[in-house]
Amino acid sequence: MEKLVKLRIDGREVEVPEGTTILRAAEAAGIEIPHLCYHPELSPAGACRLCLVEVDGRLLTACYHRAEEGMEVHTDTERLRRLRRLTLELILSDHPMDCLTCEKNGSCELQRYAYEFGLEENRFIGPHHARKEAPPREDNPFIRYEPEKCILCGRCVRACDEVQGRGILDFAFRGFSTRVTTAFDKALTETDCELCGQCVAVCPTGALTEKERRFRGREWELREVETVCPFCGCGCRITLHLKGNRIVKVSGGYRGFRLCVKGRFGLSFVHREDRLRAPLIREGDRFREASWDEALEFVAKKIREIKEKYGPDAIAGLASAKCTNEENYLFQKFMRVVIGTNNVDHCARLCHAPTVAGLVQAFGSGAMTNSIDEILDADCILVTGSNTSEAHPIVAQEIRRAVRRGATLIVVDPRRIELAEIARFHLRQRPGTDVAWINGFCHVILREGLWDREFVEERCENFEEFARTVERYTPEYVEEITGIPARLLVEAARAFGKAERGMIFYAMGLTQHTSGTDNVLAIANLAMLTGNVGRRSTGVNPLRGQNNVQGACDMAALPNVLPGYQKLSDPGVREKFERAWGRGIPRKPGLTVVEMFRAAEEGKVKAMVIMGENPMVSDPDIQHVAEALEKLEFLVVIDIFPNETTRYADVILPAASFAEKDGTFTSTERRVQRIRTAFDPPGEAKPDWEILCELSARLGYPMGYKHPREIMDEIASLVPIYGGISYERLEGEGLQWPCPSPDHPGTPFLHKDRFPRGKGRFHPVEYRDPDEYPDEEYPLILTTGRVLYHFHSRTMTGRVKGLQELSPEAYVEVNPVDAERYGIEDGARVRVSSRRGSIEVVARVTARVPQGTVFIPFHFGEAAANRLTNPALDPISKIPEYKVCAVKLEPVSP
Amino acid sequence: MEGKKDLREKVRELLAEQASRSLILLLQRIQDHFGYLPPEGLEEVAKHLKLPVSRVYGVATFYAQFSLSPKGKHLVQVCQGTACHVQGGRAILEALVRELDLRPEEPPKSGISVEVVRCVGCCSLAPVMVVDGVAHGRLTPERAVEIVKELYAADNR
Repeated sequence: MEKLVKLRIDGREVEVPEGTTILRAAEAAGIEIPHLCYHPELSPAGACRLCLVEVDGRLLTACYHRAEEGMEVHTDTERLRRLRRLTLELILSDHPMDCLTCEKNGSCELQRYAYEFGLEENRFIGPHHARKEAPPREDNPFIRYEPEKCILCGRCVRACDEVQGRGILDFAFRGFSTRVTTAFDKALTETDCELCGQCVAVCPTGALTEKERRFRGREWELREVETVCPFCGCGCRITLHLKGNRIVKVSGGYRGFRLCVKGRFGLSFVHREDRLRAPLIREGDRFREASWDEALEFVAKKIREIKEKYGPDAIAGLASAKCTNEENYLFQKFMRVVIGTNNVDHCARLCHAPTVAGLVQAFGSGAMTNSIDEILDADCILVTGSNTSEAHPIVAQEIRRAVRRGATLIVVDPRRIELAEIARFHLRQRPGTDVAWINGFCHVILREGLWDREFVEERCENFEEFARTVERYTPEYVEEITGIPARLLVEAARAFGKAERGMIFYAMGLTQHTSGTDNVLAIANLAMLTGNVGRRSTGVNPLRGQNNVQGACDMAALPNVLPGYQKLSDPGVREKFERAWGRGIPRKPGLTVVEMFRAAEEGKVKAMVIMGENPMVSDPDIQHVAEALEKLEFLVVIDIFPNETTRYADVILPAASFAEKDGTFTSTERRVQRIRTAFDPPGEAKPDWEILCELSARLGYPMGYKHPREIMDEIASLVPIYGGISYERLEGEGLQWPCPSPDHPGTPFLHKDRFPRGKGRFHPVEYRDPDEYPDEEYPLILTTGRVLYHFHSRTMTGRVKGLQELSPEAYVEVNPVDAERYGIEDGARVRVSSRRGSIEVVARVTARVPQGTVFIPFHFGEAAANRLTNPALDPISKIPEYKVCAVKLEPVSP
Repeated sequence: MEGKKDLREKVRELLAEQASRSLILLLQRIQDHFGYLPPEGLEEVAKHLKLPVSRVYGVATFYAQFSLSPKGKHLVQVCQGTACHVQGGRAILEALVRELDLRPEEPPKSGISVEVVRCVGCCSLAPVMVVDGVAHGRLTPERAVEIVKELYAADNR
């Protein structure tokens, strides 16, 4: 139990935990103390002197000093008012009085205090000086900085350092010239700044503002809509600030102010002129606009024809991890009972299918076991196959914060990713050799007696067989396979084995292999062996890439399960759904993503319905995807923009973006959250759920939902893990599944007392070589991944000017040794070829990649890394091996 | 390019010799060696101490003793402290500008840097100018110009 202290503030008795500051104690008592440099999420600075309070005649800064037993605090005496006026007068003597045109007019904290203290005159206005005369800076795409409006409170400096872990900003120069700037006064884009805008979010005045909001609307003219960021799986709750129907700025985020560059500055794509506005029907090489009636009737007719001619399994559908739970639920329902096939899948096949397959086998449930807000309390964090800083920025922030608090960070990744810079251990394995090093970790932990015998004996099964398998994986043997020095492996394994609370994070670097499921099973073994499951700040934490990829899986946009991972093969389950849906459900599991395209190429699949996916950039071996799409008799694509895939469509249906519809997204930490309509979709565009309902009705199965909440009610009635979820309960923070009943508070971490399958099961797994390894002709390993500034196939972020400026084109990272060998210069164009295709990109010569390995981000359609990648599949989860294929490099003569 | 590489290496060498992890001390050591703080030097110190470069830059720009631009072979410090001000320190500075086109805080000319300082601790000799560490007191503008001219002469000899 924490100790409490009792004190009196302005005569009011307050009791707070020991260590609470006077300012927070006052807040708890409902007393507001003026402050400028204090921010609840940052360390106190005691710099602005506005929060001074009187204790026994002494003046103390309330933000800094702790409440003590028996303290008698006065926050609003005549003396304090005089001092605060003086302080404000001094601050204002250097501050321009251009509130008329300032973006912060109405939300400026300085303006508020100036008004409250009635500061009409100023005795201290002096001559101009360097800070006052420093011109505004806009030398980056998103942030405007006006040094003149800066009051040197240091919030931005602390946010950059403490929250983002960057330390790009600090005070420089002296006296009146003091200002916040970067090292050597460089533009933010010339530093390691990630343009997250945390500095903007905490600035109390108009010194740091969003560049694009300028003159677009004053604070009181803006309407606010609470929703969820549509990019990655972190699930940041955001507030859209709208003037009329335009997003002027974005606030909110993790702990109220933390976002990444995409979430804060990357949402303008919704307003782009090239949004799809009307249904389009192909006529020869062109598309013509059509009415909804005509387009839907045409789609229904074609689907009916193909179904009659070839049977329902000749039709396949791709749902979308960008769409809502309700829409994915309807999509799979549409495919299963209206079309009559289980041929439904989505891009989760290409990211975390091995997680779902592997963790279901090991634990009985395939999702991130723990929550983001538990990271801070972990004492050892193992990150592998996740470039967290770029793909899940908010999770990376928490990892950095945990490291600063003393947690040991182990990064296992061939590339020197950003987190590797702060890691205690960076193990660089040869791509595709993960089973070996994970087994090696288990070997060392067993050998040194660092395993959790009690947990293994009570909660797990099949330990002996597993232990026998890892016996062979001595550090020396592992070094042979992986290239990780034996000594380093032992030290890192020891650190993880000794941890009280060890958290494992992984993503596509582990799953996108032909051994993807084995990799996940090996990770589950490691977590069970060390007893790091079922407690706070532990767990196996697959980071989900898309805003709603967790939800799309939960809703069974998958060919082999029904919503909530209920077994298709279970007659009881099928009967429950058949009764609810009023139609039979096919028994045979359907095709997965890559299998669909193969079947299309072979002429077995004749028609496809694609909702919000862009396989022409995101799928492996694009040349074959193109051939498959061309071969289809009918392709209907539902999307918000024309993209590489819509080019192959027969009908394109215009959909609503995340800001134009109601629904829910489920984040990587299983948190179901509401998204809300901010404005109407452009032109004739409609939410996907409405499109699905209308199409379904035309195919003889009216769905009749009036609002997504009705769909959620149906989901809750059929899916036990969503059983207690309803829109009423989703106001605010949302709920983490499993949430089986209306009174259940949700589940921050899984497997507390038992695993869904009973006991956790160890699976002995052996190392297998990747499908394709370098040879004489293709001597290098290609691995693919993401960059911070883009999302997936760039359908959205490629339309945000600033993000395009920051990351305009594809590139290949080449180690300096390889660059020399193949005659490649930094910045020069090179041709990268594999057995499947070839692309031209710019070379970046960098030691970020190890010798023998090259890296290309997969976002860029015009130089698509996936022309090169290998569609070889993991036998269990059917994920393709994006992370390893053999390529060669050649310089391109200019 | 080669020069910058050497410079970084030299800084690393200097840092390796120091047991201290005090930022100011390390900056002083680098400035002693180069006569100023080259940007690469600040970056290396930041790396050495695991500090953000912005913080090192902040400290280097805060203290008057640090200079981020190269100094000339000779350093002329003209005092503008209270006593020197009263005794005509300003006229000394003006004379250097007028007669020799030497302006304070500008890049060195003919190997001479001029700096304004606030009191060098010998007010009884005001107005004072310190040339390469040697204080010259009770100056007149003419005498000050002569002293600087002697530096040119010595260099050309």
